[in-house]
Amino acid sequence: MRKCVVTCFRRLRVASAMSCVAVALVCTATLHAQPPPEPAAPAPAPATRPDQPPQAKTPDSTPQSTAAQEGFVPVEQLPNPQDTIPAPRLVASAYALVWIVLMTYLYSIWRRLGTVGRELDTVSRRVSGTRRS
Amino acid sequence: MFSKSLFLPVTVLVALMFADAPFMILAAPYESTMGLVQKIFYFHAPIGMVMFLSTFVCGIASIVYLVTRRRSADHVAIAAGELTAVLGVIVLVTGPLWARKAWGVWWSWEPRLTSSLVLWLIFVAYLLLRRYGGPGSDRLAAGVGIFGMANVPFVYWSVNVWRTLHPKTTVVPTLPPLMRGPFWFSVLAFLLLYILILLVRVGLEQRRDDLEALYLAAEDGVDHA
Repeated sequence: MRKCVVTCFRRLRVASAMSCVAVALVCTATLHAQPPPEPAAPAPAPATRPDQPPQAKTPDSTPQSTAAQEGFVPVEQLPNPQDTIPAPRLVASAYALVWIVLMTYLYSIWRRLGTVGRELDTVSRRVSGTRRS
Repeated sequence: MFSKSLFLPVTVLVALMFADAPFMILAAPYESTMGLVQKIFYFHAPIGMVMFLSTFVCGIASIVYLVTRRRSADHVAIAAGELTAVLGVIVLVTGPLWARKAWGVWWSWEPRLTSSLVLWLIFVAYLLLRRYGGPGSDRLAAGVGIFGMANVPFVYWSVNVWRTLHPKTTVVPTLPPLMRGPFWFSVLAFLLLYILILLVRVGLEQRRDDLEALYLAAEDGVDHA
């Protein structure tokens, strides 16, 4: 009975701690809510597709972004070659990160499989030894 | 059955697809307002889609586990939950790298980003519960997994319902043909990779169960002796 109560209490403690973290994060998000910043670089006028109607102008309070939100429009050449923020570095970092995270995760699975495999062998030997004796 | 007969061919196929994917992405046209940085879309969005799928795998497996108490369902749930958290890390880091260039900031507390962060935190909570929750935490965690799955539609539609900086859900269906090919190719590649990793991870849980059964057998043997 006492063990059951202790287990329940422990579970409740974990659950409440997690709820607190989630609530704290949501509160932080709400407190830090701010109007979105101006775009970093002067951007070209957003292109529209020939088959799409022009977008309605949004009110001043609406977040403004020069980045395409409704759909992507392809172009042959880079729109702004003199960008101050190096896009190639950002793209390469993002691509590298994908593989670093995935490879680290695969390595962790491989290590855990190895540990469990070794333990399985040890316990199997112990069980077969006990049965023989 | 899949793991025995198809695992190796699918692994080779995925490796070939990922070897080809960067060339397809580089050959795709630039986006008119974002330029080169929009190439992040070709792996950020597919991984996000696979992450959403993973939450559903975890949630549905959790429901099956709660109803039937089948251990195999619990194995799938924990594997999918862990993969959701891993994919979430990638989505939450590659997104800001794109945003820095497209919006001028690393992070904005707008609905899509905030709800994605909350979704990721739910699955981190799921994993913490599985790790430190003690006996019986599997059922409690199954509830968290279902809750995480229920959160996904809100994350998905947040860009259409609230005012946001993030591209809307209309972007993918209206992709121009030259962008559509590399995008869906990446989706397929990441989906296959996800299935492969999920199978390996489920295998780990099965081996852990085998180990537990062996420990019980060993204890029984000691008791009888």
